[in-house]
Amino acid sequence: MSVQQTSAASTRRMTLNMGPQHPSTHGVLRILLELDGETILSAKPDIGFLHTGIEKQAEALGWQQVVTLTDRMDYLANLSNNLAYCLPVEKMLGLEIPPKAQWMRVLLTEICRINSHLVWLGTHALDLGAMTVFFYTFREREEILRLFEMFSGQRLMTSYIRIGGLALEPPLGWEKAVGAFLKGLPSKIDEYEDLLKTNPIFVNRTRGVGKVPLEQLLALGVTGPMIRAAGMKWDIRKSEPYSSYEKFDFDIPVETEGDVYARFLVRMREMRESLKITLQAMEGMPEGPIKADAPKVVLPDREKMKTQMEALIYHFKIVTEGFSVPAGEAYVPVESPRGEIGFYVVSDGTSKPLRVFMRTPSFGNLQSLPSMFEGSLISDSIASLGSMDFVLGDVDR
Amino acid sequence: MNFYIVTLIKTGLIAVVLLTFCAYLVWIERKVLAHIQLRQGPYRVGPHGLLQPLSDLIKLVTKEGVIPANVNMFYYLLAPFLSVALALISIAVIPFGPVVEVFGVQTQMGLTDLDIGVLVVLAMSSLGVYGMVIGGWASNSKYSLMGSLRSSAQMVSYELPMAMAIVAPLLLVNTLSFREIAAAQEGFYLGFLPKWTVFAGPFPQAFSFLLFMIAAFAETNRVPFDLPEAETELVAGFHTEYSSTMFAAFFTAEYASITTICCVASLLFLGGWHPLWPAEYGSDFVPVVLFLGVALILFFHAAQSVRARMWDRFTFPVFGLLMLGLAGLFLVPLLKPLLIPLFWFAAKTGLLIFIFIWIRGTLPRFRYDQLMRFAWLTLLPAAVVNLLVTGLAVALTTN
Repeated sequence: MSVQQTSAASTRRMTLNMGPQHPSTHGVLRILLELDGETILSAKPDIGFLHTGIEKQAEALGWQQVVTLTDRMDYLANLSNNLAYCLPVEKMLGLEIPPKAQWMRVLLTEICRINSHLVWLGTHALDLGAMTVFFYTFREREEILRLFEMFSGQRLMTSYIRIGGLALEPPLGWEKAVGAFLKGLPSKIDEYEDLLKTNPIFVNRTRGVGKVPLEQLLALGVTGPMIRAAGMKWDIRKSEPYSSYEKFDFDIPVETEGDVYARFLVRMREMRESLKITLQAMEGMPEGPIKADAPKVVLPDREKMKTQMEALIYHFKIVTEGFSVPAGEAYVPVESPRGEIGFYVVSDGTSKPLRVFMRTPSFGNLQSLPSMFEGSLISDSIASLGSMDFVLGDVDR
Repeated sequence: MNFYIVTLIKTGLIAVVLLTFCAYLVWIERKVLAHIQLRQGPYRVGPHGLLQPLSDLIKLVTKEGVIPANVNMFYYLLAPFLSVALALISIAVIPFGPVVEVFGVQTQMGLTDLDIGVLVVLAMSSLGVYGMVIGGWASNSKYSLMGSLRSSAQMVSYELPMAMAIVAPLLLVNTLSFREIAAAQEGFYLGFLPKWTVFAGPFPQAFSFLLFMIAAFAETNRVPFDLPEAETELVAGFHTEYSSTMFAAFFTAEYASITTICCVASLLFLGGWHPLWPAEYGSDFVPVVLFLGVALILFFHAAQSVRARMWDRFTFPVFGLLMLGLAGLFLVPLLKPLLIPLFWFAAKTGLLIFIFIWIRGTLPRFRYDQLMRFAWLTLLPAAVVNLLVTGLAVALTTN
């Protein structure tokens, strides 16, 4: 009897293997869906297809070299990741970062947040069938990438934020370039909102979809815009300010619905807040050095190296064997575009980290996938998937 | 001349023109979408990508047709050709212009004039579902199956409001033959307002037109109703497992049905080949002015194409001359009765097709259940009410 029942049920059900090659799994996520018609009964995400071994690789590289790996985890939050790695190392080293470097970091991570949200918006809208938004957001993203290239010489793998400050002096005329971009952005954000915010099809597709209660989200370790859309006013930039965020005036956008539409609203408003922060950073940019005064960690100026014996020795030592970090451990959370990112760094006093553990927001946010999918339709699952805004490289490391 | 020879010539002509147009419709769609989306679109194959359709065709035909294991071979092969055949058939009952005399032969523009032409189009579009259902089922793939299930449910649901929307203007014109429908819309109110059914008394059919267009989007599986082939959900829906010529067949079917349905809309609602305003006020010169304008723009660009690509120095003047020649053709008295109706028909149909593409560049996609709810709870009642009001208006005025 029971055997018959299960077989009858199993003919009604269908197991669908969504991904790893699928247009809207944003990379190589595989989800095992059990379907009854178009309703999802259960969903099992299967990660690991993009495993790069970055966490392990970090143990084989010098302290400064690890910065380059952090870009490669998440190509959309490159500068946030740089910062999240540098902060705990600087904490262990006890470095004092000069104000100009700190403000520059704020400026660039906020532009990076805008970049990430633009890509999220474009791909999310594309998933829902609105093709054109994708191209509009990528137009602005292109400008941001040009800015990144201007600063660091690289469009994606910037590695601009280094232990002890910044990699390079900001380029000549950066104020003008950044200012021009920031000036044009508000009208562009208005344009996206015109296309989507009150579009009845978009609102119907997103409102009430992918709802997960806040308690459950917190239990699963979800952070960032996703919990802010569920009604929790939590932002590390406010609660544990780093890199002088306490000196900036901005709001934390919060929505209470906790659905896909609320996440859309939160991220749209976050772009405007980021804009506000970048404008403040532009206005009040302090003068001074961009690197900490720590000869053992920071490479000396070229000029000094050629004239001072000591500088030459430090240069030689840093280049050949790197610098060592006093034994200990540190963790400094950072609000990345996706949520809390933090590098738990352990040092045994040598020139290589003993362990670099990454607490990545994408991994945490992905945990909410089954609870979002179950009971929803396939179309809704695509909307939910897009609203999670994960980067698979960040999940798998 | 022999009826059979004339028919044969017309069949060949229409088949060639329709298939070429379908191929170029893809180019037009890509270009329009590209310009909506701040891109250039096809630009490499030929001047402004004009040879892109040809290159696509060569690519699709010469590709290996992969047939996956475990497909139901007979139905798998049948589906694309069923689709494309049914989509192409309906063009036979569409007239493109009035009865004309060419080289001393009097003939109608269009293949045939069935007195149940409207029903034939509806029947063919209903049968078109089979191509998708069979294709999705025979592919033996889960994505295809879901795509075909969605499409069958969607097309069956949207056929009802579509038929209702068609019936309302039919009450005004009182015939099922497309030629007579167009003929009934000839003339002008007060000397300037065309007697198209969208404007016609006793009850203008503008609302029916809107309903018909919405249903037409769903019938042809276009955004925002493109759920059967929702790329981001079901990969490519019912034709996920098809490649090569069979994929091209599905593709052609889609564009042929868009063309047909836009022809039907312009015949039923927009007066077919009748001009927007009377010839006394110079409507005959609209194509001349239009093509002259295009020619001037092309010459203007030719005159200053310093930064342009190499072939632009050649193509701009050549296309300009071509447009100039076209403008001249519309002035030849002998060709006037042939070309001017054709122009108006093509202009209306082209505008509707442009709207199809424009919407694709603008709107997101519906969700499956919302789509069905929209069909049954919004569109169908609206169509029924519209039909009743039209019927009442017709009944009150004819007595």
